[in-house]
Amino acid sequence: MSTDNTSPVLRMESVRKTFGTSVVLRDVDLEVPPHTVTALIGASGSGKSTLLRCANLLEDIDDGAIWLDGEEITDPRVDPDAIRRRIGVVFQAYNLFPHMTVLENITLAPRRVHGASRAEAEAHARELLERLGLGDKAGAYPDRLSGGQQQRVAIVRALAVRPRLLLFDEITAALDPELVGEVLAVVRDLKDEGMTMVLATHEMGFARDVADQVCFLDGGVVLERGTAQQIFGDPQQERTQRFLRRIVEAGRL
Amino acid sequence: MTVVKDDSGQEAADDKGDMPGGGDTYVPSQRRLDRERHKRARARRATAIAAVSTLVTAVVLYVVVVSAPGWERTKETFFDGHYAREAFPKVLEGLWLNIRLLLICGVLVLVLGMLIAIARTLRGPVFFPLRVLAAAYTDFFRGLPLIINLMIVVFGVPALRLQGVTVDPVWLGGAALTLTYSAYVAEVFRAGIESIHPSQRAAARSLGLTNRQALRHVVLPQAVRRQVPPLLNDLVSLQKDTGLVSIGGAIDAVRASDIIAQRALNYTPYIVAGLVFVALTIPMTRFTDWVTARMDRQRAQGGTT
Repeated sequence: MSTDNTSPVLRMESVRKTFGTSVVLRDVDLEVPPHTVTALIGASGSGKSTLLRCANLLEDIDDGAIWLDGEEITDPRVDPDAIRRRIGVVFQAYNLFPHMTVLENITLAPRRVHGASRAEAEAHARELLERLGLGDKAGAYPDRLSGGQQQRVAIVRALAVRPRLLLFDEITAALDPELVGEVLAVVRDLKDEGMTMVLATHEMGFARDVADQVCFLDGGVVLERGTAQQIFGDPQQERTQRFLRRIVEAGRL
Repeated sequence: MTVVKDDSGQEAADDKGDMPGGGDTYVPSQRRLDRERHKRARARRATAIAAVSTLVTAVVLYVVVVSAPGWERTKETFFDGHYAREAFPKVLEGLWLNIRLLLICGVLVLVLGMLIAIARTLRGPVFFPLRVLAAAYTDFFRGLPLIINLMIVVFGVPALRLQGVTVDPVWLGGAALTLTYSAYVAEVFRAGIESIHPSQRAAARSLGLTNRQALRHVVLPQAVRRQVPPLLNDLVSLQKDTGLVSIGGAIDAVRASDIIAQRALNYTPYIVAGLVFVALTIPMTRFTDWVTARMDRQRAQGGTT
């Protein structure tokens, strides 16, 4: 899929974002190589979600720059819609369109934005649904599905446009533990297929298993970055250690 | 492993709440300055385009109207300064009646509309007749043309010669307006009530609230807030339709201009009355927009999209 196997898919350089007087992101640097999974961990309010929203141009950054496949996307001259077409996003609250069936939710963007024919879009959607174990739900409306099913549909919707990069914003936070597994299994499969992903997550065990790179955010700063083994096995920063200790005490790692 | 910020563990926490560019050492980069310069230039260009396009539109409209073959004659019959000056105070006097009608009918319409809407959404077999009546009421008065309704009430009720019932066209006209507009507003409220997700009612009932309490404390507040824009829309419409009470002989702004126009055989007073209504409606429309925008802002997640 990628043209160059070494240059990063997503790169951020000293990104700064403020809301009024509070600095939400401060000098954030990030590199996401192709076919890797980057996990963003940290307490609520540490800036994980904002970082993802900035990458998808849902937020204007104050300073710094972001590149997608070597193209600067924070340049005010670029068309944000063209950038977003190459990035898939899955939200914590699913954000499925309640007035459309599962199939319509999935085929909306391929048909309206990417100009795929109805037959083509539906065939692709059904194939993806089948793969994620939702083959019989194509005609159902979102409100009829369980949370886990809705979130898997949301993932299919993001995948249907064949994105270059997937952003997952705490996609399991609204699910009960039983359903978390089925969603994480999907993410694991996507990793095996070589999808490039960035995920903000509270599932530390999962982050340790699938992430190639883990970033610990604290107060809007990437305080520590490394492989999963390094961050979870031998954190250097005192704050990282404290955060992970609390997670372990809560029995979540 | 890369330790990204070697000594900043404490520092990052310390200046968390600082003003941007205040206590911390942040200095905008050249990149940011360039980007902002570009955005400013783009904003200037957009303003210039808007100005030019407005100017061109205005000039074209002006030329089309003024070069029309009948313009001189039209100007005399519709835009005569003398009659405008004569009509203006009379129209304003009449307008006071329109405003009073709007205020009284507006309140009555909101109350009556709400009651009808609630009657239509009541559950339980006991309320069946009430539901049917409410539905019949809205069906009938939404379908009946306002002007016919007005004529029936304003001319029909006095014809009955009932003891103690007013024959004042203002009161009767107001009653007719209230009848019609209550039906519209009831439907607006009902649409609002039904648009509240059933899970809200379920959550309220699960807390032990009765159906009535759930409606009063959970469903109605959300429904009303959601329906504010269409409600204001109906009120603006009501404001204009208060002019129709003049068919019964009440002297409102429309009738006041009509009297002069009939006598002078000049249409300028109508233009004056029309403009006065527009002037009254614009603040209300802006207010509607402001309320809607404020509600959208409160609800929407942050972001530029």
